[in-house]
Amino acid sequence: MKKIFKLLIVALILSNNAFAGSDGEVELSKKAKPVQPVKDCFEPLNRATFALNQGLDKVIFKPVAKIYRVLPSPVRTGTSNAIDNLSTLATIPNNILQGDLKKAGVNTGRFVINTTFGIVGIFDVAQLMGFPEYEKEDYGQTLGALGIGPGCYLVLPVLGPSTVRDTIGSLANVVGGDPWYNVTVANDTQYFSDFDYWGTRVTAGIDFRAKNLDSFENLEQNSMDFYASVRSLYLQDRQKKIANSNNVTETMDDSDWEEIETK
Amino acid sequence: MKKFFTIFLFSLLFLTNISYSFSIEPDVFVQSTVSKAAETLGGKFTKEERVEKLKKIAEEAVDIRGIGFYSLGSHRKGLNKDQLNTYEKVFREYFLKSFSSRLAEYSNPEIEVNSKKKLNENYTIVSSTLVATDTRPEVKIEWRVYTKNPEKLLIRDLIIEGLSLARTQKEEFSSIINSNDGKIEALIQNLSDFSSN
Repeated sequence: MKKIFKLLIVALILSNNAFAGSDGEVELSKKAKPVQPVKDCFEPLNRATFALNQGLDKVIFKPVAKIYRVLPSPVRTGTSNAIDNLSTLATIPNNILQGDLKKAGVNTGRFVINTTFGIVGIFDVAQLMGFPEYEKEDYGQTLGALGIGPGCYLVLPVLGPSTVRDTIGSLANVVGGDPWYNVTVANDTQYFSDFDYWGTRVTAGIDFRAKNLDSFENLEQNSMDFYASVRSLYLQDRQKKIANSNNVTETMDDSDWEEIETK
Repeated sequence: MKKFFTIFLFSLLFLTNISYSFSIEPDVFVQSTVSKAAETLGGKFTKEERVEKLKKIAEEAVDIRGIGFYSLGSHRKGLNKDQLNTYEKVFREYFLKSFSSRLAEYSNPEIEVNSKKKLNENYTIVSSTLVATDTRPEVKIEWRVYTKNPEKLLIRDLIIEGLSLARTQKEEFSSIINSNDGKIEALIQNLSDFSSN
């Protein structure tokens, strides 16, 4: 807990520093809550890392995702459900940190039901029982919900788009914030090994890539600046998730459209 | 006087009918547009025929000029008339090519229109779902419909799983302009190159 508190402090300092200057702004929204523009402070380095990631994707991730997509649909759905079930372990503490005790309770119930009746989460029994749709939460979102700004935009090797805040949030997982990491990697339990944790992380990445094979390819083919498109989509997605909103109009700025008349 | 009154009454009824026959609800408009696109995508056409049909649908249903100007963001204000005209022309070509090639890859997409929400007199958001297939999950799509002229509704944005395509394009264009010392010519060149490739 002490480590998480330290991370929060560091995040606060970094995010404040990150807003100095005004180059390379990406405006996100001005509506409901005034959202700070996210700066791409390290754009040349980010673009280089992005190119590296694209190379890795072409050689490794995309071919693997294509093979994964050949698997029968029930196998992919079961895998995806099991990964989501494990992620609930990190979502619950984030629900609590965000003060949403009701969702924490619902997600705890979901985890217990799916792990037992759903056979380690392969079957989403909770959904069949009428539980609300699962919304994943992470420490980056919690920091955002606490009012900490995103800081600069970052592209991490292999992991892809992030921000200073979200990167720090991810680190919270490996310093005690993710119970699945704690029982696999951090502590020497006789039931799980490091392989279990990293195996699920890699599978989660492949599952995500396989679900988005067509849309990524389509976006890449139709973008003149693919890097800028991915940055925009990532930042919009984070803004939506931090606002915990499915209502598109809450995170969009209408004023940009107002003065545009059509002939 | 009676004749005048009868003529007036007929005219009124006639005009009312015209107005009813041409104004359309945003959700019906989206469903109709989607159905036309689905017919094209599911029909037995060559790829070229399909692209041409999709372009025609886009020209009728999408506010290409409005999206083009929105995508320029604050850069729009610094442009002269000639630059704006050139931009409008190349953007139209770019948009139609991009739109049709994005859609042409899908075969027979099934979209269900679920609900609508009026934001103000000018905009209504129509919510829909792209039904899941074996290869992709269900996708939520919101349509920003420009309703200022109820007889000529136009689509201004697609918001896919909460991510606005218009905003993404705006930020992409901004990135291109900013990395070329704020010159619109660089964007125009990029748009022309995209269309001609």
